[in-house]
Amino acid sequence: MLTRPTDNRPTALKHAGSNRNSALFRTAIFSGPVPVLIIFADPMQGTLVFVPGDSLASAVINRESSSSMSTLFDKVWDAHVVTEVPGGNQVLYIDKHLIHEVTSPQAFNGLRDRGIPILRTDRIVATADHNVPTKDQDKPIAEPLSRKQVNMLTSNCEEFGVELYGLGHPYQGIVHVIGPELGITRPGITMVCGDSHTSTHGAFGAIAFGIGTSQVEQVMATQCVLMSKPKSMRITIDGDLQPGVTAKDLILYIISQLGTGGGTGHFVEYAGSAIRSLSMEGRMTICNMSIEMGARGGLIAPDETTFEYIMGREFAPTGTEWEEAVSYWRTLPSDADATFDTEYTFRGEDIPPMITYGTNPGMGMGITESIPTKSDIHGDATLKKAMEYMGLELGNQMEGMPIDYVFIGSCTNSRVEDLRLAAGLVKGKQIHENITGIVVPGSQQVAKQAIAEGLDRVFTDAGFEFRGAGCSACLGMNEDKIPAGRYCVSTSNRNFEGRQGPGARTILASPLTAAAAAVAGKLVDVRKLI
Amino acid sequence: MQAFKKLTSTAVPLPIEDIDTDQIIPARFLKATTRDGFGDNLFRDWRYDKLEHPRPDFVLNNPTYSGEILVAGSNFGCGSSREHAAWALADYGFRVVVSSYFADIFRGNALNNGLLPLIVTPQVLDETFRTIEANPAARFTVDLEAQTFKNEETGTVTGFEIDEYKKTCLINGYDDIDFLLSQREKIESYEANRVDFSL
Ligand code: SF4
Repeated sequence: MLTRPTDNRPTALKHAGSNRNSALFRTAIFSGPVPVLIIFADPMQGTLVFVPGDSLASAVINRESSSSMSTLFDKVWDAHVVTEVPGGNQVLYIDKHLIHEVTSPQAFNGLRDRGIPILRTDRIVATADHNVPTKDQDKPIAEPLSRKQVNMLTSNCEEFGVELYGLGHPYQGIVHVIGPELGITRPGITMVCGDSHTSTHGAFGAIAFGIGTSQVEQVMATQCVLMSKPKSMRITIDGDLQPGVTAKDLILYIISQLGTGGGTGHFVEYAGSAIRSLSMEGRMTICNMSIEMGARGGLIAPDETTFEYIMGREFAPTGTEWEEAVSYWRTLPSDADATFDTEYTFRGEDIPPMITYGTNPGMGMGITESIPTKSDIHGDATLKKAMEYMGLELGNQMEGMPIDYVFIGSCTNSRVEDLRLAAGLVKGKQIHENITGIVVPGSQQVAKQAIAEGLDRVFTDAGFEFRGAGCSACLGMNEDKIPAGRYCVSTSNRNFEGRQGPGARTILASPLTAAAAAVAGKLVDVRKLI
Repeated sequence: MQAFKKLTSTAVPLPIEDIDTDQIIPARFLKATTRDGFGDNLFRDWRYDKLEHPRPDFVLNNPTYSGEILVAGSNFGCGSSREHAAWALADYGFRVVVSSYFADIFRGNALNNGLLPLIVTPQVLDETFRTIEANPAARFTVDLEAQTFKNEETGTVTGFEIDEYKKTCLINGYDDIDFLLSQREKIESYEANRVDFSL
């Protein structure tokens, strides 16, 4: 069930945004029901003069502090505001910065051009993931451009003193898999990476979001970004998920209801009993795909499940520091009476195993449904273009449709729990003769754990390839590509045209649905198998 | 950053919603380590077929349409955070992208590269598409200082929103990093006075 979005701001404030250009009120920033109102009496009669080196922020006059009734997002955001800038922007302190080989070279070049160092090298961690081969990881990278980019990350990290978990390092892996598993990701922190799926880390109650390369450079140089506070949204999912329905189905369902732009401008808090009962891996899958509905990021309130996951990890706090941290983390969940700019509610029971039929993650449906002929969210021309690309027809069903490839991996579904789910389904079976199946663990640590549990054998015995860690066929920057025209059931997060290789046709699904499709050689309703 | 004040130009229409950054610049072109030269691969797979021949039905290959303004369907720039998308559009020669809304990360990236993401209402967007369809030589004026978008064909002028700080940066060609570097003292005093469980 979909409820309409609500504007929970007090009536007096609903119009405040329109005062934006008045001489008296430069801007109003909303923070829950009690507004944090920045009143900026315009000292320059409407002309804002920017002088580098001069502090614009000193012109901010007044800030009423917000009292109780804060959201999780407000609490973490407000604790990281260094200063406020007229025009609605704030200087936000970033606790942890993750970098990888693709979006960092130009940022390092920028620092070099300016002759400035990285401000806080203890707050930045690097890994190589997007470009790395998933076979022969002990040999030099064969593809010259990928090799150059990965080598450049190594030399840049050496030059600027950045900790690097490069190829061959036991901690190497997809940036959004290694942060949590090493205990770097924690509740209440701010985290960025030049990668949109940084939203993954919000599963811990952190504010985590993707940034562009200019901002990567800014964070390297100043440990801060400049941005206006996003709006808040809460999506509540109560009730139980059906057997065979996973966190991936839940988030694909939400995105299919809201569309790829439904969360634009917002940070989304996921709440409700269906979320609370998810493991951290499931919560990461949910937050990971927040960006696919256009949200800046997603968050889930930290609880015992969160603390249990973090405790004992490589870089997690220990001893009294752990105790203190946990008591702080317990203060973070949204207050009972906190309100949000936008709210949606769904029922867990209503969610079927999901697949996508089109060329963006919002084009999703239940496995037994038919491709819609008309949509409130997608225009006719966009739907038509998607059908042409996918080689499908509006109004058709996809259950039973033969497929060619199965990819189990990516920062959405490559953690050991995902591999266990898929392995449970393929154990003792063979994948269909028409299927090429690859399993790519999210990190070296995930691979190690999977091998220790014998999951690699389950997959290889069934006819899958079990590869080394990396982004792989999620974006096809290395040689792991799906050939043009072929259908791939993929546990990744994007079914954009050409995402898995030029002409590749991606069908997003959960690890369970992907594993079932591999065995059957076609799309099947996993509920009928368990 | 290149400054932007005012521009009058014809426009290129791309009436598709949810154009993602993988279309704007496909992942296989992200292996470069500088910011230059991405324009050649802008909309690569929409522009060229498998044999690298230009697809005649794609608007950038149609000599009828040209200009420094790209007009696109809603939710332009969704998906990956790759700033390469903004670099590719700017390198190709676009100075403005008009849409009814932009994905957040793309909008920020565009603003950081002197490319103006101009938000109009869905009605104005439709009207703009119709004007270009009727006359591909129709001109539009974007005046950042006045925050107006003028359809020179119909004479319709509409206002657009942009935050004051970003407007000032664009008009003067200032980068955020200059401002952030000027905040060093405040950043250090924040660090000294906070509760921190992140390290
Ligand atoms: S796995 Fe895919 S989505 Fe995740 S970081 Fe890598 S390329 Fe991006």
